[in-house]
Amino acid sequence: MADLTPEQVKHHVKIYVMVFVALAFLTIVTVAISYLDLGVKASVALALFVASIKGSLVACYFMHLIDEKITIYWTLLVTAAMFMVLLFVPLSAMLAHTKI
Amino acid sequence: MDIPYTVKDRPDTGLYNGKLGIWLFLASEVMLFGGLFSAYIFLRTGVDTWPIGADILNVPLATLNTLFLITSSVTMVMSWASLKLKDLAKFKLYAGLTLLLACGFLIVKYFEYTHKFHVGLFPSTNTFLGIYFTMTGLHVLHIIGGIIVIFYFWMPGSKMWKSDPERFTNRIEIVGLYWHFVDLVWIFLFPVLYLL
Repeated sequence: MADLTPEQVKHHVKIYVMVFVALAFLTIVTVAISYLDLGVKASVALALFVASIKGSLVACYFMHLIDEKITIYWTLLVTAAMFMVLLFVPLSAMLAHTKI
Repeated sequence: MDIPYTVKDRPDTGLYNGKLGIWLFLASEVMLFGGLFSAYIFLRTGVDTWPIGADILNVPLATLNTLFLITSSVTMVMSWASLKLKDLAKFKLYAGLTLLLACGFLIVKYFEYTHKFHVGLFPSTNTFLGIYFTMTGLHVLHIIGGIIVIFYFWMPGSKMWKSDPERFTNRIEIVGLYWHFVDLVWIFLFPVLYLL
């Protein structure tokens, strides 16, 4: 992001505004979904799906991950792998529990 | 001695040092919050019944706070873009708005917390409230940390714009990355704690 022309920056600003509108809309969608009677599993899946879209928008456009250097992608790949381990620790414990 | 690569990219990483530094810090932050999300799953799946957040917590206030934070993320990135356009006045405006929205978030959170305490709901009341206060409390600490740093760059730290504008712009990019991460965490905390 070091060598942007003023025109490129202005183009970025337009994208930021569009992303903001999308985030505000998806926030309303998230709340609306919670009022539907979908059952726990479907509600959790749908809410996390919408949150993932919102999170991706923030990461890709506000944090500029859509156009970053390879060093950062590698750093995040390792982080994502470790994060998945963290999430699967309780799940594997659950599976072990059900076997007993 | 000057700190190397504060403006120019290092040839081996392709990044200025501060940027790699903040991403490594954010990686550690992912693990910090990740551990708590992991604990949440563990606690929730380990019991037969788990309350619906909306029955205990205030969803309209949390929705307002979500809007505060996503708006503050936009104003933060706009403050960086203003510096890229060499407009310090606009930077001050957007950074000031970011601070205002962040303080708005804290005020709403204060009312939420004090209401809970007032009706006798504490972290020790039950497991749900325990994890709720832990996760949102840690997040609030991050908001306070962000406010301190943004305020510094908004007021005294902005002197650097005159002496070294590129380095100052990079500093704002770095604090912006942190601030967007704090927003990103809330994007997941909101549905997980309040809606599900």
